[in-house]
Amino acid sequence: MLAKRIIPCLDVKDGQVVKGINFQGLRQVGDPVEMGTQYAREGADELVFLDISATAEGRKTFSSLVSQIARGIDIPFTVGGGIGSLDDASRLLDAGADKISINSAALARPELIGEIAGRYGSQFVVVAIDAKRMDPGSERWLCTTHGGRKYTERELFSWAREAQDRGAGEILFTSMEHDGTRNGFACGLYSQLHELLSIPVIASGGAGSIADIVEVLTEGHADAALAASIFHYGQISILQVKEALQKAGVPVRLT
Amino acid sequence: MIAIVDYAAGNIFSVSNALERLGAAYEVTADPLRLNAAERVILPGVGHASSALESLRQSGLDTVIRALRQPVLGICVGLQVLCRDSEEGNSKGMGVFDAHVRRFPSEPQVRVPHMGWNSLGNLDSKLFRGIPEGACVYFVHSYYPLCCTDTIATCRYGSTLFSAALKYENFYGTQFHPEKSGAVGQQILQNFLDL
Repeated sequence: MLAKRIIPCLDVKDGQVVKGINFQGLRQVGDPVEMGTQYAREGADELVFLDISATAEGRKTFSSLVSQIARGIDIPFTVGGGIGSLDDASRLLDAGADKISINSAALARPELIGEIAGRYGSQFVVVAIDAKRMDPGSERWLCTTHGGRKYTERELFSWAREAQDRGAGEILFTSMEHDGTRNGFACGLYSQLHELLSIPVIASGGAGSIADIVEVLTEGHADAALAASIFHYGQISILQVKEALQKAGVPVRLT
Repeated sequence: MIAIVDYAAGNIFSVSNALERLGAAYEVTADPLRLNAAERVILPGVGHASSALESLRQSGLDTVIRALRQPVLGICVGLQVLCRDSEEGNSKGMGVFDAHVRRFPSEPQVRVPHMGWNSLGNLDSKLFRGIPEGACVYFVHSYYPLCCTDTIATCRYGSTLFSAALKYENFYGTQFHPEKSGAVGQQILQNFLDL
């Protein structure tokens, strides 16, 4: 049976792994290749490296980092952050990335999804969506850009569906209200996305405990769970998460 | 020396990176003399079997590969081109393995492509020495080789049981990506080098 995946996410700024709390107050926690290798050894099924550098210099550092990651790591990895064109995607593929994730650029120009998927296949394209409620208490979730600071006109579910129809291979959805809080995932939304889509859904934002991850992969029907801080600070190990999942009857890969 | 076949559909980086991690000497080449002289040959492949086959035929590499006598390993589409035929683009394969390649049927709750970690069963080859039944490896594919007499490992996805690996004489093939399958994949590649 296909295993549900546990994916540590590493936010990289100017060549160093950082993790934000609600995307602000960034803290530095380590070397990306070293941390990635360590996670792979501990049983991570995949890795995501997000470039959050704001400068051209930082972006250049990231590209060379991707080649180093590809040399050192023997599991699939996705890279994202600042990918705005087919050329950007090609460069990262050539550097050895297994998948790329696109976010703002796809919202600005949805055709980009089809262009990259047409050239390299849907399995190469992850569309990341950061969404939050239009108003507190509202049931309408809107896609955001700029780390959740700017709303777009697009509604979460219709955009996820459109991204799939345009050739996305996976949807990585982050609830900006849950991200960094460690209070659990937006479980109900993942369940709805699962109903709506025929491609895998990766849950991101809010993992605070083993139980949160079990919940989003069972009740939330997500295909994979992504987390950063709970793994980075060594509070829980990937193995502990997988053992709990196995106990709950979820198929996992135990190495 | 290990030769990685250089052609239009190769995923050369990940294979060469994996060989580097194993400390194995390799070269990436499309030169028939170099391929013939290599101790081991790896045929990578991503994308479509039909275009991979076309690229191999245009360069005449299909004939060269077919005639190799040392251990050869086809990975993913590199395995599919060695099969009898493929439903993908209705293409006739190189006919090394006695397997037909089909597209996964559409079933509720079964997503195509089959992407992610899935477990191996019915392991029956030196290629899997030290690998336990049920070990997980990484797959990314929409088409699969049917089970046949050349099957040396199986995998189940939805209602389909397919060949996760094939062997005929000196030819081996894995539908999964050993170069992306962590420690299990490294062991399988090492086993191929040790054959």
